[in-house]
Amino acid sequence: MKRRMFIQGSLAAGVAGIAAPAAMAKWSADTFEAKGMDATIAAMGAGEAEASDKIKIKAPEIAENGMVVPVQIKSEIEGTETISLLVAENGTPLTATFTLGEGAAADVKSRIKMGKTSDVIAMVTAGGKTYKNHVSVKVTKGGCGG
Amino acid sequence: MSTIKLRTKEKEGMIQVKALIKHPMETGLRKDSKTGEKIPAHYIQEVVITKNGTQVLQADWNGSVSKNPYLAFSVKGAAGDKIKLSWKDNTEKSDEVEATV
Repeated sequence: MKRRMFIQGSLAAGVAGIAAPAAMAKWSADTFEAKGMDATIAAMGAGEAEASDKIKIKAPEIAENGMVVPVQIKSEIEGTETISLLVAENGTPLTATFTLGEGAAADVKSRIKMGKTSDVIAMVTAGGKTYKNHVSVKVTKGGCGG
Repeated sequence: MSTIKLRTKEKEGMIQVKALIKHPMETGLRKDSKTGEKIPAHYIQEVVITKNGTQVLQADWNGSVSKNPYLAFSVKGAAGDKIKLSWKDNTEKSDEVEATV
């Protein structure tokens, strides 16, 4: 509860510059509004990510409708703390970050928008390290309002 | 009328949580087809799920999550646990709902 109150409190203060402790996921414009993969990865501090096939990404090979692309990410890396989902070719690649609490399985499902054919990248943090894996999804009709 | 549909089911010590939230999830890039003006960004930034008051999942999103977002995951637990989901968007709107497994 204390943690939630802190988050609410700091948001209410409306000060974007407050540096939250690294472990605390707070919605960050720096990462979610970063344009292009390089800037996003730099903002996430994930430049050193290690490729891992212990991250399983389930997404369609071909998505007919880029508005709704179902994606499932499962991490078999022990001690998985966060799972992030990026779409390389979207204007703002970072789509979602899931922060796991006590007892939560490292297995999340959602639906995302894709502007065009792109790699879908999953990044997992565990024990202070970052891991990544990716799949390619072909999009026949884009979903980013172009 | 709540914007959230929350389904929970206990199976072998895990609670399966599925949620569907009614929300436009506008990226801010789309243009109105009649006026040609940009539709302002309006999307959920933060979803928090708690079990008996303890946070078990936080999802931070941007406008690339589909309209009427869907979210599914599972957490250790038992029948009778209370699962609460709340969301907040970039216009400070929010909603929450609680379900007992």
